[in-house]
Amino acid sequence: MSQGQFLTPTKTARGLGSAKSGTAHHIRLRVAALALIALVPWFLYGVIKASGSGYEGALAWVGHPVNAALLILTAGAVSYHMRLGMQTIIEDYISKTGMRTTLLILNTFAAIAMFAAVAMAVVQVWIGG
Amino acid sequence: MVQLTLPQNSKVKKGKTWPKPQGATNLRAFRIYRFSPEEGGNPRWDTYWVDMDRAGTMILDVLIYIKNNIDPTLAFRRSCREGVCGSCAMNIAGRNTIACTKGFEELPSGEVVIAPLPHQPVVKDLIPDLTNFYAQHAYVQPFLKTSTPTPEKEWRQSAEDRTKLDGLYECILCASCSTSCPSYWWNGDKYLGPAALLQAYRWLIDSRDEATGERLDDLEDPFKLYRCHTIMNCTQVCPKGLNPAQAIAKIKHMMVERVA
Repeated sequence: MSQGQFLTPTKTARGLGSAKSGTAHHIRLRVAALALIALVPWFLYGVIKASGSGYEGALAWVGHPVNAALLILTAGAVSYHMRLGMQTIIEDYISKTGMRTTLLILNTFAAIAMFAAVAMAVVQVWIGG
Repeated sequence: MVQLTLPQNSKVKKGKTWPKPQGATNLRAFRIYRFSPEEGGNPRWDTYWVDMDRAGTMILDVLIYIKNNIDPTLAFRRSCREGVCGSCAMNIAGRNTIACTKGFEELPSGEVVIAPLPHQPVVKDLIPDLTNFYAQHAYVQPFLKTSTPTPEKEWRQSAEDRTKLDGLYECILCASCSTSCPSYWWNGDKYLGPAALLQAYRWLIDSRDEATGERLDDLEDPFKLYRCHTIMNCTQVCPKGLNPAQAIAKIKHMMVERVA
């Protein structure tokens, strides 16, 4: 007899019960998206503008305190939104618990690493400038 | 990973082409999914030629015609033949719907492909096993729950509050919506699916029900509720013209409302 052979449909439908969570994820994903609606156009505008002003000009743009702060905020919002979105995709498509947990942890690490790299670079330029 | 292709023993092979009826002038081909657990082997596509002058107007009429005149072994569920019972839900020309209200003239010309509702175990031919679907419906406790002692006469509801149930109570549980939902395909064991969630909302929004908080507690889960990614196949296929995607969005709205 194989495992799970005599489970009733009710047993399966109830599963482990309600996790009583998910709403915070739902709200945070949308709040991060709202922030990105403002930050991404600013970022694209800034990058295009700075790219026309040479290396020194680009350094000056990143080194400006307001730009530096907004760049760090953009990196934060992007990596946070990415972390939440990727979590959903992993939960959707990866059904094996071990693999899913591993990928979810790696996803968090990757998002933090991405944010740290951008933030460090911006701070370095800002202090250097 | 989710299973994106059919397992080897579920791959549908080419089946039998049944002879054309004699003397018919208005013929149309129907390619129908056949599987019988007793016979074993893989499922197959059988092709039937139907005399459309004698078959009636709906796809269910066609299936009954085939069963009566061509192949009595073809199995499908049907009961009311007027869009009320939800028994004859199946995938017709690539879209889930109920056979009894789908006129064949609505379909594009050429061969019509008919298969059971997708991503459910098949009992036989066009009959899916909906046990899990019904258990999920039971999970949302689709009945009035109150703590206040039952009034002597009746639970009263204003006409305005009653209208909130329109577009929700009409669901016939045919499972067309849930089995058209990719999230339900991948995680149907944990995600409740559009049909159960529409019914959940029907009771959440009922002014007479006193268990709103407990109902929301039971739904607040990354899988049971939040697997809905607003793909909206459910709303597109509902043969009763209901909008499960909107009902789910409203449940999410209630979830947000109680924390923020």
